[in-house]
Amino acid sequence: MEPMPKQLKILNWLTIALVAVGLYLTIWYAPREAIMGDVQRVFYFHVSAGWAGALAFLVAALSGALFLIRRERRWDRVAMASVEIGVVFTFINIVSGSIWARPIWNTWWTWDPRLVTATIMELVYLAYFMLRQGVDDPDRRARFAAVYSILGFLSVPLTFLSIRFFRSIHPVFFGAGDALSAGMEGPRMWVVFIFSLLTFSFIYGTFLWHRLRLQELSERLEILKMKLLSHES
Amino acid sequence: MAKPVESDSQISKTRGSSLRGYLRVIGAIVWKDIAAELRNRQMISAMLVFALLVVLIFNFAFELDIGTRETVTSGVLWVTFAFAGTLGLNRSMAMEKDRDCQDGLLLAPIDRSALYFGKVIGNLLFMLIVEAIILPLYSVLYNVNLFLPGLALVIVLGSWGYVAVGTLLATMAVQTRMRDVLLPILLFPVVLPVLIPALKASNAFLQAFEVGDIMPWINILIVYDLIFTAIAFLVFEYVVEE
Repeated sequence: MEPMPKQLKILNWLTIALVAVGLYLTIWYAPREAIMGDVQRVFYFHVSAGWAGALAFLVAALSGALFLIRRERRWDRVAMASVEIGVVFTFINIVSGSIWARPIWNTWWTWDPRLVTATIMELVYLAYFMLRQGVDDPDRRARFAAVYSILGFLSVPLTFLSIRFFRSIHPVFFGAGDALSAGMEGPRMWVVFIFSLLTFSFIYGTFLWHRLRLQELSERLEILKMKLLSHES
Repeated sequence: MAKPVESDSQISKTRGSSLRGYLRVIGAIVWKDIAAELRNRQMISAMLVFALLVVLIFNFAFELDIGTRETVTSGVLWVTFAFAGTLGLNRSMAMEKDRDCQDGLLLAPIDRSALYFGKVIGNLLFMLIVEAIILPLYSVLYNVNLFLPGLALVIVLGSWGYVAVGTLLATMAVQTRMRDVLLPILLFPVVLPVLIPALKASNAFLQAFEVGDIMPWINILIVYDLIFTAIAFLVFEYVVEE
């Protein structure tokens, strides 16, 4: 087996260190929020996971477009790996939001635009995998997946905009008014927040690299198997 | 079952890149679909019966009494149209896939996007016909007045957006192993931005809201229709490529 590239090993350790520091910052360094209490700490990972998920789907849509233009298989691999990771991060985003909502909104779930949009986004990319599974021919599979990832990525923000016409109770983070702000006060909270965004971006990058490597190895294994079988017969 | 669309002389006429030639190609594809449908009437009758069944099931699910009708009618209508629509879209594209009609269309010296627009117009036409039959039936069955010009406009706009995305995705879905089940799974989450304003605007018209309250939804609907049509137009050739 091919040894892990040195840069990937460094990235592994860097990410692990970042996660450790991020946990420390979130749990001990960040001040206790005055109104919401400790549950507000979920916020740092909640927003970061949402960010990493959106980033992953953006990368998938861009790789899809690149595949359609260049026709290089590696872009399809990047797109698929990215969607897989994005689905996991979006799931974390939804679940952690639910944990926060239970004490704050007094319910696990509410039909708020952002919650609905996040769920629909998750469904789009689950459909993406079903589409991939349904196509045998690798070239066609890559083309269909690319088209669907572009369409899905454009459709999700449009869904958000159309539901946002209803009133929203979700805290607005950017451009917040007083009543619906996310409770971000003081430089310490900002430090922790920016740090956890960075950490999650690194986790995403590390996962992506590993997933791509896994994909390449399994494709090579497939070729070796074929060779072995043809020798035997 | 597409009949051979054009004779050689017609092809040479349509080969020109002029707008007229392009429109002729679209017209030929639409006409092919209409002719096929006139011969067996499979698609429209299937959609129609299915739509009626959905309306009936809703009747039992919601106990559509007078009070409820006011608020849920637009929802019932759009769910019915969306479900019946997937049926029609699947059939329309599966028809091209059976006996390799699609290969024949692809071999024709025509622009791929003309093929897309031809199929969209054909599908939209069938969907509108079904809707035009369902609406008066619903009116009679539930004694709701649905003959509102505004509602008709919303239904046309909503169906356009639905079919624009649906035709693209149905073309993909019929080329997969799970052809019959895959289309709704692919289509519904992506087409929601069209369905939501369509639902809201229909509801607003049925409840006789002020025009100023309805216009934003109509504007959103038009913008999303255009966006989806443009995207589908751009990527369609990658979906039919062999």
